[in-house]
Amino acid sequence: MGAYLAFKETWRNRGRFLLVSLLVALLTALVLFIAGLTEGLGRGNIEYLSNLDADLIAYQADAQLLIAASRLARGTLQDIERVPGVKIAGPIEFSRVSIILPGTTPQGQPRKPLDVSLIQVEPGRPGEPPVRFGRQLQNRRGKEAIIDSLVARRAGLTVGDEFTIRSLQGTREEFYTLRVVGITTSQQYSIQPSIIVPLLTGDQIKPKPAVEDRPSGDISANIIAIKLDMPADPNEARAFRELMKRRLESQVKKIQVVDIRTAYENTPGYSAQQGTLDTQRYFALVIGVLVLGGFFQIQALQKVAQIGVLKAIGTPNRTIVAASLVQITSVTALGVFIGGVVTLGLAVALPVGVPIAFSPQTTLIALASLLLIGPLGGLLSIRYSVGVEPLTALGLSQ
Amino acid sequence: MGVALEVHNVTKIYGSGESAVVAVNNVSFSVAEGEFVALVGPSGSGKTTLLAMLAGLLYPTSGSIYIGGHDLGKMDDAQRTAFRRQRIGFTFQANNLMPYLTARENVELMMRLNGGCKSECSRMAVELLIRLGLGQRLNNLPRQLSGGEQQRVAIARALIHNPAVVLADEPTASLDTERAYQVVEIFADMIHGHRRAGIMVTHDLRMCIYVDRVIQMQDGRIARILSNRDEIDAFASAKRQRGEEAVTLAEATSVPRMTSDGRFPQ
Ligand SMILES: Nc1ncnc2c1ncn2[C@@H]1O[C@H](COP(=O)(O)OP(=O)(O)O)[C@@H](O)[C@H]1O
Ligand SMILES: [Mg+2]
Repeated sequence: MGAYLAFKETWRNRGRFLLVSLLVALLTALVLFIAGLTEGLGRGNIEYLSNLDADLIAYQADAQLLIAASRLARGTLQDIERVPGVKIAGPIEFSRVSIILPGTTPQGQPRKPLDVSLIQVEPGRPGEPPVRFGRQLQNRRGKEAIIDSLVARRAGLTVGDEFTIRSLQGTREEFYTLRVVGITTSQQYSIQPSIIVPLLTGDQIKPKPAVEDRPSGDISANIIAIKLDMPADPNEARAFRELMKRRLESQVKKIQVVDIRTAYENTPGYSAQQGTLDTQRYFALVIGVLVLGGFFQIQALQKVAQIGVLKAIGTPNRTIVAASLVQITSVTALGVFIGGVVTLGLAVALPVGVPIAFSPQTTLIALASLLLIGPLGGLLSIRYSVGVEPLTALGLSQ
Repeated sequence: MGVALEVHNVTKIYGSGESAVVAVNNVSFSVAEGEFVALVGPSGSGKTTLLAMLAGLLYPTSGSIYIGGHDLGKMDDAQRTAFRRQRIGFTFQANNLMPYLTARENVELMMRLNGGCKSECSRMAVELLIRLGLGQRLNNLPRQLSGGEQQRVAIARALIHNPAVVLADEPTASLDTERAYQVVEIFADMIHGHRRAGIMVTHDLRMCIYVDRVIQMQDGRIARILSNRDEIDAFASAKRQRGEEAVTLAEATSVPRMTSDGRFPQ
């Protein structure tokens, strides 16, 4: 009965309700794009770290978990590997370089170099991501690189191709040529796609300040990724990881050891950025609740006489509540559906470089929260309708 | 003829203490099945308050009301709501119809509230609307109907579920004279033909030519009751000759007034 009333009222006022649905659709697009941006930027920041095949990460003790400020000497790697329970460890060093793109733009200009994160790893040790195509790194000093699929797409590179890197050495720009040996996926770092090279090769090509800040020849890394001899049971594994954190910090001098999650949450700007985007999303949802709440409340005010008559002729309150709920929910659901379809359609057509990504989980959470804004906004109007006295049909009040 | 509705010593006082208003004062009467009664009286005399109590929308301060033998005072809110939807037909002065339902759907609504409207009920609604002269308006929305047509749809809605008592609050208030006569005549037919009890509150005394009894109220009391055909017709047409103004205090007091124990002076 409630559904019948809701359906008839909505259908006979479909213009007005469609407008509300379209408003919900716009809000849906807004919320989904913010969620997509949160996910996309988040991934761009932490993808490499979060996909790292390691159990713990060691930083320099007083670097406050800032990768750029952390420096670990070569000896630290051996010290870590000597601690019982450690399976294997790998040094990782991060910097930024540009890839020179051959050819010209349609306007005849030389193409803008592609900025990438240069990630140096020891071949075969934690830090080197698995390749999708081609092969892993083999030679500690080879002029070879594994590139992220985003680099492959934007630079038009494939396995076997050579490419040129531009890097600032003191005050001079130097150029180096590397060969693509493998292509990996989802390895962005610091909102840039990555190329992964052997540690020693990378030491030659990474940018250097005009005045060397440490004696050359002393190989170092920003962080060390550590794989443990993990027990299979997940509870034991967690306890073991905690134990190893303490053991490593006590047995190896001047390091701080954290798990992967702590590591990427401390990436500069990550938490602040995610927090800001989350706040925007919540704002959009609150705006939705208020706008829908306002609309349905005004509607309820206009319907007082009508509701009074319905009650006077014997309509129970539960029917009136059901009618409101069905109406609000279906109008909202239609809007969310339209908004969802349009957004996902647009997302497919987005250019490669846009940092928007949709994960099923965050998208579903966003859609569910959007579906809730209708009933939430409608609560006030429903409460109001329930309070309407059937006496108003007779022009009396009590 | 059986008794459809009984009112025993009903009093309604709004508020309390200094600000108390005695809207209905110790009123008693009964209405038989198939009887159509007009409730008349000046503005503020307690007609609407009485009607609201008959519908179970308002609790009497004292006294009791029986409809079809059921004591309204012994029902809780849910029971009253169910009682209204099953045993009472209602038309109001305005805003009678759901604006988003067609004429036919508005009539069917009453049956849907009572459990559903299958093809049988749909047919009944159509037949009733045809008898009320709305055969061409079945699928029109209220805003596409004139005031008289809307009132006739409301009458159909008040009758479709075969109620014991039909209550009408100023059904002719928004109609011109011609339409008003038409609507009340139809109303009277529907009540007489189906042995229902009908109570109509009206300002317009001319409408009394269609009723079997006139209960005239004054200051919350029953001032007089006319049940003789000639008396009623004279009452209705006297007003017609003198114009359209409603009954006044002077007119009401020109006839013997009922004493507080509910009797007329001998
Ligand atoms: N909610 C209320 N509170 C106080 N007094 C009321 C209320 N409703 C009606 N009254 C008073 O009760 C009396 C009867 O009102 P009503 O039943 O509306 O009369 P009628 O329908 O004959 O015009 C009037 O004096 C009116 O002012
Ligand atoms: Mg009144």
